[in-house]
Amino acid sequence: MTLQSIRFNSILLASFALITAIILASTDSLTKDKIAASERAAAQRALLEIIPLERHNNDLLMDVQPIPEKFWLALGLQKGGDIHIARENGQPVAAIIPTVTADGYSGNIGMIIGVNFDGTVAGVRVVNHKETPGLGDKVDLKKSDWILSFNGKSLVNPEADGWDVKKNGGEFDQFTGATITPRAVIYQIAQVLEYFSQDSERILAQAAAAASTAKESTNEHNHE
Amino acid sequence: MSEVTAAEVAKNGLWTNNPALVQLLGLCPLLAVTGTVVNALGLGIATLAVLIGSNTIVSLIRNHVSDAVRLPAFVMIIAAFVTCTELLMKAYTYELYQILGIFIPLIVTNCAILGRAEAFASKQNVGMAAFDGLMMGLGFLAVLILLGAIRELLGQGTVFADMHLLFGAGASDWVMQPLGDSYSFLVIILPPGAFLVTGFLIAIKNAIDAANKRRADAKKDAPVKGAKRIRTTGHIS
Repeated sequence: MTLQSIRFNSILLASFALITAIILASTDSLTKDKIAASERAAAQRALLEIIPLERHNNDLLMDVQPIPEKFWLALGLQKGGDIHIARENGQPVAAIIPTVTADGYSGNIGMIIGVNFDGTVAGVRVVNHKETPGLGDKVDLKKSDWILSFNGKSLVNPEADGWDVKKNGGEFDQFTGATITPRAVIYQIAQVLEYFSQDSERILAQAAAAASTAKESTNEHNHE
Repeated sequence: MSEVTAAEVAKNGLWTNNPALVQLLGLCPLLAVTGTVVNALGLGIATLAVLIGSNTIVSLIRNHVSDAVRLPAFVMIIAAFVTCTELLMKAYTYELYQILGIFIPLIVTNCAILGRAEAFASKQNVGMAAFDGLMMGLGFLAVLILLGAIRELLGQGTVFADMHLLFGAGASDWVMQPLGDSYSFLVIILPPGAFLVTGFLIAIKNAIDAANKRRADAKKDAPVKGAKRIRTTGHIS
């Protein structure tokens, strides 16, 4: 009797699980393309904010190269990441580098930093953070345009001492009631510029190589 | 099971037994996402959809599931609805999905939903169960929106900010700033503010109930029409 009831209940529950699985699988396959498109659009929007369409005419999302593993620590990337290359008529104009700093007030601050190939900052955006609303969250462009104050800066403008909040003798504003968050962002941007000065030649070379192979493959295609 | 009328179900869900203000269920998302109206609306609608769906299906299968596996089956139904909702939000309101984050999958753990499945839907016909889901969901949604509006207004001085996340680009200028540009009051946005405002809402509801009860009692005590009138002189306490 007990055995019978166990068997009955197991079959009942299993058939439930099966129906549920079928429903979920079909919802998933129905929404998969739309979700991929939404994710792509969101990623692209952030990239386009840094390097607007006037400055490039390639597909920022597709033109990527991986970051060498030895730089992951400096950039705060645990699982690595891709650098996006912006080109104007095939010529690389800027690189967009992902980075994460753990020195914020609460949790990680994820950013993408656009650097022109002359070493100046093209733009910075905070893509995710958990900073205090009303205080530290001014690093987000939605709350304050503080993050725009980095545009055009480089490792020589200001000098190394200047990459700090004004309170510490630096060049950049802190927020009322919040110094830790902006300082973490400033340090991380300087860190990324430092990385870029070491690695930009390799990035350029690889970008040029990628461009020539792309050209070859289109040429081959034309021959056919 | 005694018969219930639609009016009772509606009153129960929206007021007498409101999931957020009386049952105090689902407080975690309630407190966590009600910083703005748009967040509250997003989570409220998602919860409403799940509640209607799960109540309907639970009622449909109520005679086919044995008592022993009743709860796992209910949980599975709820989880399926939540996952579908999550996928749909990810597809069509991606930015809002990113803001609400973990609180969408956490709808599964909202006791209000399993509670209604077990206490109501598993004992009622399909129409009534779905209607109960609608009313309970609306009751929850109404509190979420009210809480979101109050906290958004008192906390950052706006109402209906970022509505384009839910209603498309045309809605981005719905935002109002009745308290001026630079107004902000941090505590209300932070979790303590959520508790405070929820507390005040519960207090207001209780005060209204108490006032109604007093009025009803007063009516009961009032002399019935046609009763014998007695003239008295002097003061009767």
